[in-house]
Amino acid sequence: MPDVTLTVDGKKITAPAGSLLIEACKSVGIEVPSFCYYPGLSLQGACRMCVVKIEKMPKLQTACTTTVTEGMIVSTDSDEVRQARKAMVELLLGNHPLDCPVCDAGGECELQDMTFSYGAAESKYMEAKNHKEEQQWSPVVYFDRPRCILCYRCVRVCGEGMDVWALGVQNRGVSSIIAPNQEDHLDCEECGMCIDICPVGALTSGAYRYKTRPWEMNHVGTICTHCGDGCKTTLGVRRCDTGAEIVRGDNRDKSGINNDFLCVKGRYAFDFAHHKDRLTQPLVRKNGKLTPATWEEAFELIGKRFRDIRDHDGGSAIGVIGSTRTTNEENYLLSKFARSVLRTNNVDHHRTADYPALAAALHGKPGKTASMRDVLTAPAILLIGNDPTNQHPLLAWQIRTNVRLRRARLYVINSAPIKLRRQATPFGLLPADSEANAVAFLAGDDSLLDSLLTDGTSRDGWLALRDKIRGEQNLVIAFGSELRGHDIAKLVSFASTLTGARLICLGDYANSRGASEMGLYPDLLPGYEPIASADKFHKEWGRLPSEKGLSLPEMLDAAKAGRLKALYVVGSNPIGRLNIDPFAFSKSFVVVQDMFLTETANIADVILPAANAYEKTGTYTNTCGDLQLVKKAGEVSNTKPDFEMIVRIADAMGSDVSGLVPFGSGTHSDMGQTRGVQSGEADRHAVWLEAHNLEPKMTPFDPMAILDEIQRVVAGYDISRVNLLAGNDQNLEIADSGASLIQPSELILPAHDDLFTSGTLGRYSKTLNSVYENKSAVPEVAAD
Amino acid sequence: MKFSDEFESRFAEMLSHYPTRRSALVPTLLYAQDEAGALTDEVIAELAQRLDLTELEVRNVISYYSMLTTKPRGKYNVQVCTNIACMLRGGEELLDRCKKRLGIGHKGTTQDGLFSLEEVECIGACSWAPAVQVNYDFHENLTNAKMDQILDEYKKKGTQ
Repeated sequence: MPDVTLTVDGKKITAPAGSLLIEACKSVGIEVPSFCYYPGLSLQGACRMCVVKIEKMPKLQTACTTTVTEGMIVSTDSDEVRQARKAMVELLLGNHPLDCPVCDAGGECELQDMTFSYGAAESKYMEAKNHKEEQQWSPVVYFDRPRCILCYRCVRVCGEGMDVWALGVQNRGVSSIIAPNQEDHLDCEECGMCIDICPVGALTSGAYRYKTRPWEMNHVGTICTHCGDGCKTTLGVRRCDTGAEIVRGDNRDKSGINNDFLCVKGRYAFDFAHHKDRLTQPLVRKNGKLTPATWEEAFELIGKRFRDIRDHDGGSAIGVIGSTRTTNEENYLLSKFARSVLRTNNVDHHRTADYPALAAALHGKPGKTASMRDVLTAPAILLIGNDPTNQHPLLAWQIRTNVRLRRARLYVINSAPIKLRRQATPFGLLPADSEANAVAFLAGDDSLLDSLLTDGTSRDGWLALRDKIRGEQNLVIAFGSELRGHDIAKLVSFASTLTGARLICLGDYANSRGASEMGLYPDLLPGYEPIASADKFHKEWGRLPSEKGLSLPEMLDAAKAGRLKALYVVGSNPIGRLNIDPFAFSKSFVVVQDMFLTETANIADVILPAANAYEKTGTYTNTCGDLQLVKKAGEVSNTKPDFEMIVRIADAMGSDVSGLVPFGSGTHSDMGQTRGVQSGEADRHAVWLEAHNLEPKMTPFDPMAILDEIQRVVAGYDISRVNLLAGNDQNLEIADSGASLIQPSELILPAHDDLFTSGTLGRYSKTLNSVYENKSAVPEVAAD
Repeated sequence: MKFSDEFESRFAEMLSHYPTRRSALVPTLLYAQDEAGALTDEVIAELAQRLDLTELEVRNVISYYSMLTTKPRGKYNVQVCTNIACMLRGGEELLDRCKKRLGIGHKGTTQDGLFSLEEVECIGACSWAPAVQVNYDFHENLTNAKMDQILDEYKKKGTQ
């Protein structure tokens, strides 16, 4: 739209025609105060704080509902305007309690700020304040009625933003009150968006209230450790007896891919860190009993046993299971450690999506993956399988927001009536397990049409849906783990017939994609490089075992047959998550790195207490391939990051640590002899560092040293270091690996976590559990 | 929840008046209240379902309008106007008279379920003040004596 020119406070400004006056002012740095206006939500015009004087208009106008027009002359700060705003503040304070010194919002309160700006500290009103007791609406949402200033932000974000509609306004005029959907409590998704958006302290968080003041915390922006969406969360951290405690999660800087959004897990489920069952001492099994030990004792024992088994029975007698919640650096290091130190390809992880199949299918087709930000701006979205509302809350938020604000067209194909069908123009309901048939049908196989029919769908409906999708340009296609292997290849070739279509493969854990890309596979190395053709890694890592390793179920069989002498599990609970017989590994030497005594840790011979992702530094790759920086926020003393533990084990095995982690100044000290096989050559790593203006890292425990190597070696990870360190997300193209191996699809086991569960982390999060137990039924939704 | 045929035809007619279903809520609530006596949980659930709304949204609207009620009223809802014109012509005395005669206060209902009493804002009958509305019928130019007579008549009608 063409720009219009107007004058604000004597300044000539231009703004796109149709934009709101309040936004136009903001764009040139003129702040117009408001309570009820919130970008992206419907207009309310309730609080009257944004009134401005517009020439030739008889009364003061609300800047939040006025669109700019050519030649408009506005003053935002005249005496008249200030007087009006002061009167509004005075009215709001008429019933507002003066409990700022104990209110959670104190120091972060918009009403407090306004009172300071407009100074309505003295009131003309003599009436007693209308006091009401506060209410607990759910384990995590509290409502303090007198503090409410009726801006309706919470009502709108819950309804429009979350599509939950759990909040409403009861009564009228002075007795208006925000009300939850179940008389005195909430039945909702518990996302806490209402708390975050509340300009005052009327809605407060059960996890945070009365614990601390905003200025007493350090605020660390890091990445949520729960689902695969990779929301940025700002953790409020305070020192405590055992290190540093996380007391709050929100997203106050709004710079992440999630902007305003966080779900119940991102906002509240960080308290597992200080659960009383958290392991803070290494445990070694002595006479059948797990007994506390020192770190040295534990590392020495592991080092000795791993070395003995490797030298005696060969590396193939050792199995390694990696994590989907550790950082890329840790996953890469584990993959390297397994292959080059333990000399085994028996490496696997809990797979929840077939990323290698996507990488293989996209071979030679660059620019075909979409980022999480793309979902917010795409003109159309096709969702096949999965239930993002429960499994990928941010993706669901992006889709809803895009449909609401940009009228994107959403096509949903699913075997269950998932909640996002309400945003979908056509919703195709499938019989169970026929997502693959739907893809084949989209690709043109009409013979499968009959297999797609359900009560709610007709042949014509499906044909019309396909025609619509075929007509879309720049479509974003997100698909769940229902599609694997050849189905993904089929989907990719269908997508290639559409102009500008891009794909997102949905995996379940925070770093599922990272685990996959860092090569936690028995037959794939980092960047989906097949072990058979891994010249690059032979060069980098030294001589590697060349035969394909065992997958997780194969390790299980080998253990039962007594062939798997040792199992090394890093941050994973295969026995609890995948229903494996705990006695299968009774003949193996089992080492587990975890936060808690999980089912897997229970069978271990040595348990090392690990730090979680909120307690270390590194990078995560979300399910769309957005790489982001994970920053250390909390700390629990006497736990160690998995990174350090892997290095310590390698050291205890007598292996040269500098071959594992490139640290120290290579070229000057040893001409690179310690870096794999290229003895005597110039140190490639040092040369690369030099060329990229990076310093050698000084300690083997610095994950950034491995990030250097990842960036140098792993396909697709050529990132901008400045952007990463600045806390920006950058979308990585999935590695063009050539002919990756097709993975057996039965190895992909969805985690089936929903909004209120999160594997081991969820089990040890008191807040999440209290919400979960409080759930009596599914959220009430609008009938349709 | 079963409504009368008359309600159903009015409801269908009402839907055709608006571009979206939810717009038909307020008139529908009035019809439903007239028929069921009050907007009970059951009525609310039914109307929410019919109009694609949450029950919360329906309750929000009900709580906004004083003419809508979730609790059953008496058979005859006596609404006494005490706005300016009626007040000057004795509306408040009429209200007191009704309170005394019926033995109930504002928003009260008699034991026998025959009468409810309400003090209301302007009912648009200022020219004939003081005025009282009983259900949908107007009674104008009232005095205490006339009021007594009217209440007696309703009592007779209601107990026949």
